[in-house]
Amino acid sequence: MNGKNQGLRGWGFVFPALLWTLAFFVVPFLVMGAMSLATLDGRTLVWGLSLENYAEIAEKAYIWRAFFVSLEITLVVTVVSILLAYPLAWIIAFRIPPRWQRLALLLAVLPFWTSYVVRSYAWLLVLAREGAINQTIMALGLISEPLTLANTRFATVTGFVHFFVMLLTLTIYANLIQLSPNYRRAAIDLGASAFQTFRYVILPLTLPGVVTGAFLTFVLCIGDYVTPQILGGNTELTVPQVIMVQLGRRADFPLAAALAIALMAVVTLAYLFSARWLRLDRL
Amino acid sequence: MARLPRLFLTTSVFSLSAAAAFAEGELNALVWCDHTDPALIEPFEAAHNVKVNLREYEGTGAALALLDQSRPGDWDVLVIDGIDVFRVVEANMLAPLDTTQLPMTDIFPEVVMDENNTVDGVTYAVTEKFGYNTISYNSAKVDEADMQSLATVWSEKYQSRISIYDYYLPVMGLAAIASDIATAEIGAGDLGAIGDVLTTMRARAASVAGVVAAQTALATGEVDIVVGGGEWLTAVLAEEQPELTWTIPKEGAVRWAQSIGVVEGSENPDLALEFIKYIMSPDGQARLATSSCFWGMPANAKAGNVLNDVQKSTLRWDSQTDYLGLTQLYPAPDADLDVEMQDLWLETLQQ
Repeated sequence: MNGKNQGLRGWGFVFPALLWTLAFFVVPFLVMGAMSLATLDGRTLVWGLSLENYAEIAEKAYIWRAFFVSLEITLVVTVVSILLAYPLAWIIAFRIPPRWQRLALLLAVLPFWTSYVVRSYAWLLVLAREGAINQTIMALGLISEPLTLANTRFATVTGFVHFFVMLLTLTIYANLIQLSPNYRRAAIDLGASAFQTFRYVILPLTLPGVVTGAFLTFVLCIGDYVTPQILGGNTELTVPQVIMVQLGRRADFPLAAALAIALMAVVTLAYLFSARWLRLDRL
Repeated sequence: MARLPRLFLTTSVFSLSAAAAFAEGELNALVWCDHTDPALIEPFEAAHNVKVNLREYEGTGAALALLDQSRPGDWDVLVIDGIDVFRVVEANMLAPLDTTQLPMTDIFPEVVMDENNTVDGVTYAVTEKFGYNTISYNSAKVDEADMQSLATVWSEKYQSRISIYDYYLPVMGLAAIASDIATAEIGAGDLGAIGDVLTTMRARAASVAGVVAAQTALATGEVDIVVGGGEWLTAVLAEEQPELTWTIPKEGAVRWAQSIGVVEGSENPDLALEFIKYIMSPDGQARLATSSCFWGMPANAKAGNVLNDVQKSTLRWDSQTDYLGLTQLYPAPDADLDVEMQDLWLETLQQ
């Protein structure tokens, strides 16, 4: 009886989360899956089990290119963000006195407090031909003509990195701070150099935090529409931008849904890849 | 003489009665951003003692999706791209409009657009505002003579100093005009020639930008020319940066128009019609024309009596006869051609 009650109580605790997942993930996903198998007859939606939209994705070169562009940008952003966030998290965890760490973290995430769109437009102004960066470099005499920074892939990556460095700093810091100082002391006692200590002790132990942040960065970056739209200047299209074009005027929800499912497949592959090679199971 | 006071009295009593009937009501309107200017909406709310709830959208597809997902009666008024009125009518989302209550004879004849607003003899919408997708530029940075011909606007001279407006229909319309193809006659066979022009245009461009991004690019000097721009792009910047201006090249340009109608199943059809009457009145038209979101020509010519000289100058009021003669309505492709045009646009962007 007690066991049965405990079981029911357990389900009671889990039920809200299950309901939430069912209502806001499973059902929408199924609807999206069904929509991806529908077609447009002229402008009329026809429900069915057609693979026409997936065939269209496979046939159209600009869609393939959009997937490559999205992947390239996402991989560059993820790598650059990790390279910048790790030292920052290290400094906050080990170089800043504990009483100042909370303030340092607060400052690190301060840009999160501003609107994502506003922040993107702010970057557009900073990177403009007459923006702060070009003005500064020209004032220093390093260049005579302004560089083209805005409306480029560089601008898109910069906007993304600014955002994701904060995210990765938090996840890596959370791992670093949990490490006992004894690991480092033991490595040094055993004759390891500072680099060897980092390479063979610290880095493997903090890998779960890095992978978590990297995976979140990958997922959020590859599905983002705002940053490439504002900062990239449409000089190349990512998958979310292609999806939005399908919806904007023609309301081609079936093709947009198929594209979204294909994008989810890419994210799933990235997850499987991370889990296998970076041992996500250790989290 | 005696009739005037009586007419005034009758009108006032009628207006007061109407206002009383709608007291404390609400009107839900699906609109473009120019209708969200409080200077436009508040006078109507005050006069009718109602609250106007505005929902802004971009793209006809988004509007159709919103209407499709709503319950009948959720929406009362719809503002829609003039060339897409028939799509909304086909979807049974617009109600017939009583044009006898609207100042139809005051509308510039070229923008009445019966062929768009009327389906099978029934009028569903009325043109409320129009303008041009043409060439906006910084007169201090470019040779203005070059802006008078599409052949020189996207020449090598302006490499990387151009932004293209991010909407395929007007830009492809401009490309068609540059290729001597009438926008109303664009067919699948013309897409090769249009694609060639788009490729050249794209190769010269630093960016392909939406409204805000294009304004920002022009205002910050990131680019000096916006292909597909017009008074709607530069008018709100003109006061601070008078060097930002626009022109219609000798080959012509594309004309846009937005229409307004009552949503089928509206629970407040009378109030919705009152709103449209207000929007189409000279006062409403003047406010809509100079909305803080974007400016554009009022469809009602009598708005000219309300707009001041500076506003009319910014809108190029006195040149409208020439402009209307020079411009063509932007392409309204059928569903199949629309797919092909959109594909061509996306292929060009990915080059």
